[in-house]
Amino acid sequence: CVHLNRNTFKTWVCPSLSYLWPTVGYSDQWDDLNKRFSPPLTAKDVTYICPYIGALRGTLTVTNYRLFFKCTDREPVFVLDLPLGVVSRVEKIGGASSRGEVSYGLVCKDIRNLRFAHKQMEDSLRKSIFEVLMKFAFPVSNGLPIFAFEYGQVYPENGWKVYDAQAEYKRQGLPNESWRITKVNDHYELCDTYPSTLVVPVNISDEELKRVAAFRAKGRIPVLSWIHPESQATVTRCSQPMVGVNGKRSKDDEKYLQAIMDANAQSHKLFIFDARPSVNAAANKMKGGGYESEDAYQNAELVFLDIHNIHVMRESLRKLKEVVYPNIEESHWLSNLESTHWLEHIKLILAGALRIADKVESGKTSVVVHCSDGWDRTAQLTSLAMLMLDGHYRTIRGFQVLLEKEWLSFGHRFQLRIGHGDKNHTDADRSPVFLQFIDCVWQMTRQFPAAFEFNEYFLVTTLDHLYSCLFGTFLCNSEQQRVKEVRAKTVSLWAYINSQLEEFTNPLYVNYSNHVLFPVVSMRHLELWVGYYIRWNPRMRPQEPVHQRYKELLAKRAELQKRVEELQREVTNRSASSERAGSPTRSITPVQTFV
Amino acid sequence: MLSSLGSGGGKTAKPSFVSYVTPEEIKSEKEPYKKENQPDLLPGEVVFCSACPVLKYSQDDMSQRGVFGTLLCTNFRVSFVSDEVQVEETCKLFKNKLYGENDIPLACVDNIYGGYEDKKKLITGGLLKNKYPSKIIVHCKDLRVFQFSLTYSKEEDAKKIFQGIVHHCLEPKSLRCVYAFSYCENTTSPEMQRKERTMLFDCLEDWTQDMKRTKGNCRLVTENSSFELSQKLPQFFIVPLNVTDEDLVKFQGNGLPMWCWSHHSGCALFKTASLPLSQEDNVPQTYMEKMLTAVAHNHLYSVKTEDLSDTLPTIQDIQLSYNKFKQFFLIDNTTEFWMSDMKWFSSLENCGWLDMIRQCLLKAVEVVECLEKENTNVLIMEESGSDLCCVISSLVQLMLDPHYRTLLGFQSLVQKEWVAGGHAFLDRSNQLHLKEKVESQSPVFLLFLECVWQLHQQHGPAFQFSETYLTVLSDSVHVPVFATFLFNNDSHRANVLRAESPSSQRGPLNCPSVWDWSVQFDCRAQDLFTNPLYAQKTKQDRSQRKSHRPKHQRQLSLPSSAFKTPTKKGFFKDEADSLKKILGVKRISRWMLSPSSDFPPMSSIKEFYETWQAKPLDYHGMLLPCLDGPSIRVWMQRYLRWIHDVQILGGGPVAVLSKVSELLAEVQELRSELDRHARTVTSNHRGAIRTRAKTAPENLARSSVRLSSSFPFVTSRNWSFKPAIPTSMLQSLMMSEVAGDLASREDDGSEPETVV
Repeated sequence: CVHLNRNTFKTWVCPSLSYLWPTVGYSDQWDDLNKRFSPPLTAKDVTYICPYIGALRGTLTVTNYRLFFKCTDREPVFVLDLPLGVVSRVEKIGGASSRGEVSYGLVCKDIRNLRFAHKQMEDSLRKSIFEVLMKFAFPVSNGLPIFAFEYGQVYPENGWKVYDAQAEYKRQGLPNESWRITKVNDHYELCDTYPSTLVVPVNISDEELKRVAAFRAKGRIPVLSWIHPESQATVTRCSQPMVGVNGKRSKDDEKYLQAIMDANAQSHKLFIFDARPSVNAAANKMKGGGYESEDAYQNAELVFLDIHNIHVMRESLRKLKEVVYPNIEESHWLSNLESTHWLEHIKLILAGALRIADKVESGKTSVVVHCSDGWDRTAQLTSLAMLMLDGHYRTIRGFQVLLEKEWLSFGHRFQLRIGHGDKNHTDADRSPVFLQFIDCVWQMTRQFPAAFEFNEYFLVTTLDHLYSCLFGTFLCNSEQQRVKEVRAKTVSLWAYINSQLEEFTNPLYVNYSNHVLFPVVSMRHLELWVGYYIRWNPRMRPQEPVHQRYKELLAKRAELQKRVEELQREVTNRSASSERAGSPTRSITPVQTFV
Repeated sequence: MLSSLGSGGGKTAKPSFVSYVTPEEIKSEKEPYKKENQPDLLPGEVVFCSACPVLKYSQDDMSQRGVFGTLLCTNFRVSFVSDEVQVEETCKLFKNKLYGENDIPLACVDNIYGGYEDKKKLITGGLLKNKYPSKIIVHCKDLRVFQFSLTYSKEEDAKKIFQGIVHHCLEPKSLRCVYAFSYCENTTSPEMQRKERTMLFDCLEDWTQDMKRTKGNCRLVTENSSFELSQKLPQFFIVPLNVTDEDLVKFQGNGLPMWCWSHHSGCALFKTASLPLSQEDNVPQTYMEKMLTAVAHNHLYSVKTEDLSDTLPTIQDIQLSYNKFKQFFLIDNTTEFWMSDMKWFSSLENCGWLDMIRQCLLKAVEVVECLEKENTNVLIMEESGSDLCCVISSLVQLMLDPHYRTLLGFQSLVQKEWVAGGHAFLDRSNQLHLKEKVESQSPVFLLFLECVWQLHQQHGPAFQFSETYLTVLSDSVHVPVFATFLFNNDSHRANVLRAESPSSQRGPLNCPSVWDWSVQFDCRAQDLFTNPLYAQKTKQDRSQRKSHRPKHQRQLSLPSSAFKTPTKKGFFKDEADSLKKILGVKRISRWMLSPSSDFPPMSSIKEFYETWQAKPLDYHGMLLPCLDGPSIRVWMQRYLRWIHDVQILGGGPVAVLSKVSELLAEVQELRSELDRHARTVTSNHRGAIRTRAKTAPENLARSSVRLSSSFPFVTSRNWSFKPAIPTSMLQSLMMSEVAGDLASREDDGSEPETVV
């Protein structure tokens, strides 16, 4: 099917869900499920109004997980398969018109809108399509569990074990003589949006940590995210200091930042990167927040990175959707793109991360990163900087660790930002912060096509399951909320990803582990991620000729290698049989991939 | 250095590395050299003037630092020879034998600016009346920018070199003065080998062979071999069979349909210089009708005409647009660069260059649709018949004929359509700076290369040549050594080369062709011209294709066969006659087309593309470009290669290419090993297995970590590994204008907006 090119949901047929397909018929499992859920609803003669192909008539099925539309009238068969988690809003378009047509619009979180229409049916059925959609697309609003809790697929690997904070810090060489792992947040008492494992300077006691927490918004104290293996310069993250209009100071906080600086003998300076525009940072003083004054923090230098807040980003994405979906206005494509400011925001985020990475790598200076609460822009900045600095995070598993660590454990509020299963689509807490981060990562993979182990498909799949509600990974707002229910009752996205790594691997990957990547953050090198934002447009067929060609070559090599080996065996056998006294031929070393 | 408000102002956040040594101080440390250095002169190269010491500013920082050396102007180039002992770059892979990184061939100079304190003024030639500038800034056609300070040498030397450069680079001169002639007189370039060669289309065989290859059935005209028919027409050319001897001479070749290429169905593409039609005189119209009928006769009595000047930009439009476009890349300093970064997309759109590329590709797709889907003969025309006609005809052939996507095939295509096709290279480049030719200056050939690059980046594996090859070719246009780009047409070339010959016995002067790449690059450098991703046609493919084709052909010709019946002919004529009377026409395309055979409308083009796209991609079949907004891109390698701040160190396409090359080498290695084994197995049971010789691919440096996106034009060793931090990231319009109250809102949507 042309239309669903590169759609994640097309390529894997979820085995456990097959019983939900009406065509398969009832099974024991289905009966079991039926007790808890209403049966899938199937309606015939529904029209899907495709913005590219036109009106398509077919059968629409809605289950508790997905919406499935199939049109068999045409060649190739047209299929639309959409997890309901992607739906942001369902609306009736017009009332029942005079022609007796009812029409629904689905606004989706993944940059598309879908429109269905069907003839007015007996009142009950018509009503039920809409109602079933409203019910299963927004389970949270209806007091139902999110589908991830029902999804019982078993994968060979337990994805929840991908990230182990202790192990990750150990990989970084922690604890060491300057940094220790504290248990103070074991039960999330110090800070309920932070992970339980925290790395702090050795000479700061837990008591002092508590006093610092009182001075930092939401108790999010500065803690270590990453340490440079050679220079010992660190990336630490936190929330804004509660300075307020009167310029309140905290001796403990000042001492604490000094301790962070002292932990790195290479530099007598500390850089504080405030992600916000200075105006916004100053405005925060009105509400008790603010930023570190250089008077109070003697050896610190404060830099504002001018990244805008979640509302500006949400508005920018809304405009972007207008520009790219369903069609692109050719003659003004570039100026329209510019007017969304989307890439400008991407540029600012990447530029901020680049400055952080540069200070740590080239300046050998430790940095502290914060915004207001330290869970949106801060997460973007620290994780991108770490991606630039540490090749481990550019592997598939390393990247999973990075997400688990900087985003999930440090309390990026996924539930609020995405609004899983929540019908309140105008919620001002929603914002594409994580999408922006993945976009930035994609921009880096474009600039360094051989430096990442994962491919574009991996990034798209991650974003698709950000919304799908099939896996538990992106549910809830913090580690504390996730640690009990979610881990026990849902499957992690990484279980699925790691069960078919082949699909997500970049064949061109070269492991230059010690190499720092400094992306170019000029508009000249930034481009709109067509493979994500414009993937619904069949004209924009994603083309990865390089990858394809490379895979062909790899296959060729494997084939040749095999033949060489066969011949060798043959030669060996012959020489052995003809010349029994002959010494065994040394087997050839297998051809290795150059690194 | 960073204030508490960080990068608040554009000026405070300059690159954080500042040199505290001013050029004056550097100078006092090192006494200026008295000795003038000379570059290694090429054969026939003469130095006109020089000055020493001159400071060449280094481009990559704002600190006004640079290197001292001698600035010279010769009959070939403006050259800067550094005083610093040149580290012998034994490893430098991609060295041009004719000019180095500090040389500017005279024809490559685009604009010269005089720098006065903090102003810069465009120099237009002639004697400078006012003060001599202290700085000379040279913008090159290959997008390099040089800045030299003239304040360190003697005033009189400075004046002399300034005036010399201006004179030789900007002022009118005769073709005889172009360096190519001195070069040719002093070198003996060997004849290019005849086997496995680029077809130059300067002889009968090349035309015969090309027609044979495409199974065309047209008339080869040999009567113009000494330009007896017309000075404008090529020496050899091909016309439809029904064109008579009489027709050939009628309007000096205007209106004469020149064969470009035959489709496997039998229909063909022709181009012509349009014939000015007037209402008073019926002769041209009758002639034109006759020619159209002749074209129609070529295959199934159908023809479509397209006057390119109706829909495509004029050569002046192209020149104007490119002039705006190139400015984005001629960067004098980094602040300017980062400032322009903010409005990059809208500036790009406003200059219209990408849109022109799109229009040309679209037109070519339209023609492809006529040939491939409807199997109609197509005649494209424009006033000269050798500008946009060349662009479109060569693009059509690239899309339809995989032969032209090989390196030699592509070169042959350029020879056929552009060189023999009579594209006025000399006038379009106006490298002689003739006042009367200013209007005719236009980068039409570059526009074509741009279109090819778009196809290349969309369908890389279909092309045997690389992106680097295209970039080098676009540079070579401005190297005044090659006969390829020096003349306006065949007769011009022949006449000049004969006249310039040192002795009449030795025959015409032998000027090298640009395709003789050994003049510029050694073999290893030439390796970079081939695309490691090229999907070579395998034997299997070929046999598959053979069996496949007839079916394919039948399928395609079926739907359109209805209007290709011979009765069409009558209708065609009648219609033309009656319409002619009614309209009193000027443009043929309007009335020669019967309503049913109008040029494909936009919706049909879309459908045509989508149908093609839905099929599995065959790199050896027809290729169509995607023309949607995001698919047409800027040719990064060509335009960004010299700008330090946008070099992706350790990244860029080379990272992929080196990886692919490695793998390719391994595959080749395995193949030869298999051969060896096969031999040992068959010949001798006791074959000693040789361990695999570890011959790493030589053509690309092993660690792509050290390479940058500018590879192979700039090697990263010149630069530090410090990232470029944008200097004017903020206070963009967006904040005040658009974001408005959203920007000042709290991140927590739930909290009230209390911010002032």
